[in-house]
Amino acid sequence: MDLIAVARIAVRALARNKMRSSLTMLGIIIGVGAVIAMVGVGQGAQQQVQQQIAAMGSNILFVGSGTVTRGGTHMGWGATKTLIYADMLAILRECPAVKAAAPGSNTSTQVVYGNDNWAARINGTEPQYFDIRNWPFREGTSFTQQDVEMAANVAVIGESVRKNLFAATDPLGQTIRIKSLPFKVVGVLAQKGTSAAMGDDQDDVVLVPITTLQKKITGQDWLRWIMVSASSRQASYAAQEQIKSLLRDRHRIRVGQDDDFMVRNLADMADLADQAGSVMTMLLASIASVSLIVGGIGIMNIMLVSVTERTREIGIRMAIGATERNVQSQFLTEAVVLSLIGGAIGIVFGMGASYLITNTLGWVVLGPVHTIAGPR
Amino acid sequence: MVTMSQSEIAVTIRQSMEASIRVLDVHKYYDLGETRVHALRGITMDIVGGEFLAIMGASGSGKSTFMNILGCLDKPSSGTYFLDGIDVSGLSKDELAAIRNRKIGFVFQGFDLLSRTTALENVELPTLYAQVSKEEGEERAREALDLVGLGDRSTHFPSQLSGGQQQRVAIARALVNKPSILLADEPTGNLDSRTSVEIMEILGRLNDAGLTIVLVTHEHDISQFAKRTIQFRDGRVRRDELVVNRQTASEVLKSLPVEED
Repeated sequence: MDLIAVARIAVRALARNKMRSSLTMLGIIIGVGAVIAMVGVGQGAQQQVQQQIAAMGSNILFVGSGTVTRGGTHMGWGATKTLIYADMLAILRECPAVKAAAPGSNTSTQVVYGNDNWAARINGTEPQYFDIRNWPFREGTSFTQQDVEMAANVAVIGESVRKNLFAATDPLGQTIRIKSLPFKVVGVLAQKGTSAAMGDDQDDVVLVPITTLQKKITGQDWLRWIMVSASSRQASYAAQEQIKSLLRDRHRIRVGQDDDFMVRNLADMADLADQAGSVMTMLLASIASVSLIVGGIGIMNIMLVSVTERTREIGIRMAIGATERNVQSQFLTEAVVLSLIGGAIGIVFGMGASYLITNTLGWVVLGPVHTIAGPR
Repeated sequence: MVTMSQSEIAVTIRQSMEASIRVLDVHKYYDLGETRVHALRGITMDIVGGEFLAIMGASGSGKSTFMNILGCLDKPSSGTYFLDGIDVSGLSKDELAAIRNRKIGFVFQGFDLLSRTTALENVELPTLYAQVSKEEGEERAREALDLVGLGDRSTHFPSQLSGGQQQRVAIARALVNKPSILLADEPTGNLDSRTSVEIMEILGRLNDAGLTIVLVTHEHDISQFAKRTIQFRDGRVRRDELVVNRQTASEVLKSLPVEED
């Protein structure tokens, strides 16, 4: 007997008892749905963290002026004055894994516009900083390299600063005051929100040329940090090593002595988040698999019960010429058809659920293929 | 009831007149622990094509066991059984299933239709197990339903049909693969007397068209519609005789009062 005939018999038998068929399918629908939804949500979460880290730049290295111990007292981050602009040039020149670098120094002070004032972090840097951080502009542009050379009084402001100082007016071209110096606003950054990794408001910032900050605001000529981008996420590990040995050399640190700087690699953080994310996804998926197994056992049980319950039907079928194989394949096909239809409904149901959940949480919704195909 | 002419029925059944059964010294026993229970103790019998045979006997006489062997539902413990010249006792399970499918039509006391399945689909069922296309199976099923006068009830479910109508659907199902013999195990056992005669009338017509029919019954009245009766007792044939003064169901029907509900 050919497959089509078997399928016809099985489908007819299923259609004859729609209640039993749909109840049997329910187990598989819920099982498959739960797995799809849980994996979808898990990967959505992972993707979300990934995106936040990617927004920070997963190939970014943060070189900070380090701690120093003076007479047994740890002075904390940024206490040393040894990190200088020439170090950045050396990094760019001598570390092959490095693509770009931007110097930075910062202070916190009041920013004044008209009658409003706001305490913000003032970062001094160079235009390539925005590329390295991958920070898009809401309006306007960055200050230029020329502005840096001339120590011009120009500023780029973050969204929080704009909201607090320029509630209704367009900030572009307006003049704000920092330490009573006038600065022309040339750009507004797009909102980035609170950093998932650091937990601080990334929009509460004013960026000015590094030279302007050093010469006119803080009067310091050393750097607090250098933001470095490696040529890729993979290269960031090599870049980290290259920068370390270069700076130890340049700062004449002897073997066994502590660094007077620190290099933090954001790829490390991305890796960590990746691991945590896949552990979460696996956890959710394994919990959901339990319901899938239960669903499968459900189908098995119903088919078993239905064999005993349907002995009369089997008897009739055999009397009119069905072989044992025919009956076996009929029941098997019934189970397969139930599982397939149930699975298909479960996929739709699970995708709907994961869409709903991720949407409610404001996460990225993953494409169906990605979710069904499972974790990488 | 839609009636068909004899020639039409003959065309529909299209069965071979050579259909024959030869049973030689068939024994059937069941081993229950220490004891051996004999159901059949040596049956030898010839049934030629076109015969209408009624097997009679008290319960426990072995007539049902013999019927199961004739229907290839069961194998004899010893002895041989030729169906249309083929030694059936040597066939495998699957070969027996094929024989049941093509050569034998069954009618049971309890009708044994699939519930929640239309009359047409019930009748189609045997064609699903034969290598018959869907279209041909449906066409044959319609023909068979017409044959028993239920062409207009093809979409009814068994629960919507009377006992007599259900039994007629069962007869149609037995005929759909054009078998050479029809085995009917107490086909009127669950029916009132008028409906019983109606069923016998259909069987009579089929037999007139050339179909071999073997009928098991314990009602003497019913056996009188057959051409030959065989009495079973204790697993042996006790009496084998031709029916004298054979009744024709259509005439008996005329004499029976139509009962108004």
